[in-house]
Amino acid sequence: MPDIPEHLLKRSAERRKALGLPVPGETGEGEPAAPEAAEEPAAAEAPTTEEAPAAEAGSGGEESAGEEKPAKSKGGVPAHLLERSRKRKAAAAGGGGATAAAGGARAAATAAPTIPAPAGTGPGGHTQRLLTVVKSGSIQQTRAETQDKVHTWPHLLVIEFAALLGVTAMLLVFSALVKAPLLGLADVNQTPNPSKAPWYFLGLQELLTMFHPMVAGVTIPGMGLFLLMVAPYVDKNPSNKPADRKFAISLFTLFLMFWAVLVIIGSFFRATGFNFVFPWNAGIYFDL
Amino acid sequence: MANGSNGGNGQGAGAKLLTRVKEAGEKVGGSQVMTSIFRPGSIFRKGYTDSPRNRSYVIMNSVLYHLHPVKVKRHAVKVSYTLCLGGLSFFLFILLTVTGIFLMFFYRPTEAQAWTDVQNIETAVYFGSLVRNMHRWAAHLMVLSVFLPMSRVFYHGAYKAPREFNWVVGVILLTLTLLLSFTGYLLPWDQLALWAVTVGTNMMGYTPVFGSSVKYALLGSKEISGETLLRWYVLHVLLLPFVIVIFMAIHFWRVRKDGGISGPL
Repeated sequence: MPDIPEHLLKRSAERRKALGLPVPGETGEGEPAAPEAAEEPAAAEAPTTEEAPAAEAGSGGEESAGEEKPAKSKGGVPAHLLERSRKRKAAAAGGGGATAAAGGARAAATAAPTIPAPAGTGPGGHTQRLLTVVKSGSIQQTRAETQDKVHTWPHLLVIEFAALLGVTAMLLVFSALVKAPLLGLADVNQTPNPSKAPWYFLGLQELLTMFHPMVAGVTIPGMGLFLLMVAPYVDKNPSNKPADRKFAISLFTLFLMFWAVLVIIGSFFRATGFNFVFPWNAGIYFDL
Repeated sequence: MANGSNGGNGQGAGAKLLTRVKEAGEKVGGSQVMTSIFRPGSIFRKGYTDSPRNRSYVIMNSVLYHLHPVKVKRHAVKVSYTLCLGGLSFFLFILLTVTGIFLMFFYRPTEAQAWTDVQNIETAVYFGSLVRNMHRWAAHLMVLSVFLPMSRVFYHGAYKAPREFNWVVGVILLTLTLLLSFTGYLLPWDQLALWAVTVGTNMMGYTPVFGSSVKYALLGSKEISGETLLRWYVLHVLLLPFVIVIFMAIHFWRVRKDGGISGPL
């Protein structure tokens, strides 16, 4: 059922009033026509006007008549148009083609009773056919969803600028105070004990102590990345409320905790020979 | 001033100071010199007045700012929702590029010169030590700051339709960030660099089927050598930044196209 926006209905009602036409809801569908011509078709369309008063209370205009009945659309054609077509056919058959013409040709239709249906028309004496029905929603978006928005300048840019300055200041102070490590010249023949990877790979190095290098160094991180990438395609739960996503959230938290624990153990709890120690006993073997 | 008389002693003094500062500011701002220099239309041909129209023009007429839409959802500017983490990752990338370019002036990626050059930066170059420290710490911070917004996105369920693909791009960005950091790790050519990278690349050698080829392609030799240094230098300063910029462009573009950051919970 096409949804006609309220403001269009209102405008149509105003125009009809200005032209002295009955306001929709009392008559069936139809374009604004000359006032004197409007009387006769309304009389000729007895079945249509009969059902219209029932729709008056709903104030939904012409479609509400269709809404009363169970929607029995066929092949995408709205039920009320099918209904109208059926009634017109019946009227044309019964009334001797009194109102064979439909739509905007109302003024012409007043003369129709005297003229016989033209020869060489389509099946059933039709001169016009319904080619297609374009639903209003498919061609025009009449009402944009209102969103609570603010101007990027100044609201967002000010925050970003503050954050940027804050990080720069923090980094500058930290860099002035803490020196980046620079050990002796690289020497292929002198392996330090322990040799550690950069901290973000220490979780993998920790896995090396438990698994075959192929599993720890390739399979597990590969699987991890792959699982992360397919996560949105696997997780089909449309809600983003934490209460609805207990499983996903616990799984991800578990994954994070697992990784964080591995990295922390690899960083601080591994000493000479990559043996497990407590940092408060053996000291820290860790360089950033 | 009315506040000063109402409040307690401390508050009164504070308010008094504030009005003093305000008055001084007005005096300087309203002086002949200032008004003639900064008269509207002097430096900026068209003065700025705060209106919705001008607020829009600030974004629309700037190539930098128009990464942003003219308007954003109100909840999107709540700092507590994102903690600015994604934007800060991007900013750290820019900071790393700037400090990195500085370091490139003084660094040669050869076995004989790399370590001496870094030591030179530390001791003989103006601000060399500071810039190197900043580059290093910002790199570690960036690994964190790329990883944190990803967690944020997961907990907010923000990777769901229509943002699935942007999440995939995000995972790629995380991987590229790790690779950038890892390739940079070798460049000082000290014991720490050499052996950390050795541990890392040994693992890559275990890739099934073509493991040794992968390792050889990455190292440029059987073991880490001067060849590796040159290779990783090029990866670090050219190839990986080039690739990551492309993915960042896609990422930021998709953030906008997918309707800004995800809605409130």
